[in-house]
Amino acid sequence: MMNLLISLVWIVLKVLLIALPLLGAVAYMTLAERKILAYAHVRIGPNRVGLFGLLQPLADGVKLFFKEVIIPTKANSVVFVLAPIVSFATAAAAWAVIPFSPSWILANVNASLLYVLALTSLGVYGIMMAGWSSNSKYALLGAMRSTAQVVSYEIAMGFALVGVLMAADSTNLQDIVLHQQGGFWHWYWLPLLPMFIVYWISGVAETNRAPFDMAEGEAEIVAGFHVEYSGMSFAIFFLAEYANMILISALASVLFLGGWLSPFEGIPFLGPLFAFVPGIVWFFAKMGFFLFLYVWLRATFPRYRYDQIMHLGWKVLIPVTIVWIVIEGLLIQLKVAPWFN
Amino acid sequence: MRSFKDIAKSFMLWELLVGLKLTGRYVLSKKITIQYPEEKTPMSARFRGLHALRRYPNGEERCIACKLCEAVCPALAITIESAPREDGSRRTTRYDIDLFKCIYCGFCEESCPVDSIVETDLSHYHFENRGENIMTKPMLLAIGDRYEADIAKARSDDAPYR
Repeated sequence: MMNLLISLVWIVLKVLLIALPLLGAVAYMTLAERKILAYAHVRIGPNRVGLFGLLQPLADGVKLFFKEVIIPTKANSVVFVLAPIVSFATAAAAWAVIPFSPSWILANVNASLLYVLALTSLGVYGIMMAGWSSNSKYALLGAMRSTAQVVSYEIAMGFALVGVLMAADSTNLQDIVLHQQGGFWHWYWLPLLPMFIVYWISGVAETNRAPFDMAEGEAEIVAGFHVEYSGMSFAIFFLAEYANMILISALASVLFLGGWLSPFEGIPFLGPLFAFVPGIVWFFAKMGFFLFLYVWLRATFPRYRYDQIMHLGWKVLIPVTIVWIVIEGLLIQLKVAPWFN
Repeated sequence: MRSFKDIAKSFMLWELLVGLKLTGRYVLSKKITIQYPEEKTPMSARFRGLHALRRYPNGEERCIACKLCEAVCPALAITIESAPREDGSRRTTRYDIDLFKCIYCGFCEESCPVDSIVETDLSHYHFENRGENIMTKPMLLAIGDRYEADIAKARSDDAPYR
């Protein structure tokens, strides 16, 4: 009994150790996004609240916290309140299986890749619930778009993950990382380059980020599924969106860029030179690169038209992944070094 | 039918990369933001802001109540009444500018034979109560006294170009 209690407390502590930095990362991701977007616009961005605007997320949070949470009269209030919770819970739960370093992993599950895939698809339920329960045409349209989009890109993403699965011969994320050992050229991004690109594109689409932010589409449907949300209930959606972005970045690093592995591994001089750097630093550096890419894409590309999104998802990305699965099968059968020997 | 080159290009995401390169260059470029209260853009010596009535260095007010400004004012914003002072010189007894009517055209300043009414470079002022939009003679003179150095400098800077 006592042991059970102690292990439970330990698990809760570990969860907090992941969840609280995650919330902090989300807060500072918003600032980073505003800063990078501003820089792309030749502006400076927020710099008034605290040094370099570092307290801006705090100010935004306090503002949202003290705003009223409005539930529309004709909304289904239970579902309305539940929707942001579902959104954020799925975004946060997937973090349980992400390996941060050789030993830092909350749950070393064998089917963690499937678990992640399942949870990222569950996230769309939050959006659907929000869109339907708001009883607003804009919210409903946004939710419908989002659902169609996530369902379509899920397939391409799934196929891209099949590629990784074939290469690593495992669905355990830690095993996938360990399989990529041997430095920059041994990571899966190179043999699976088309998969990597497809995974990244569908990851951006999954999180409903620009240029695939049809679900928000402020030009035509105001703000999409979260028009009717205000105050903290809106903030939770915001948190979920950013937590998902960070999750997709983490997954991209784990699956294709060797997770916490050092890029200089096995290189004569640089390898030992950087050997002291803990794995988690490399992991965060890779995630940082992907998060920057998210904002960079947003700063560069205009929003897709709805039919173009569907065209890209079904007629381009899915065929590309299927073709590459066949090629990858050949590579594995031929035991092409250094990845598949 | 699209050529092979086009298809290859689109699969290499060529045009997306070109776009990313462009925005990437702007991310690294020098920022042009002027952080307003601390930094300001240069202002012309001819800037037409809040009005002021000037005095001569000996403290005598310049205005001789010729009423040219009142006559030239296209918005009829200026109201002047005049009477002889004790020393017999003609002076205004009332010099009101309605800032709601004023269109800041600068004609009053141009028409003034003694450089008395001027428009300063002050552009930040506000009214909190009804009626505060009427600038009376003492108010205008006070502004003139307070900013005389700036006003004189702006006039002398502009003089070579007139």
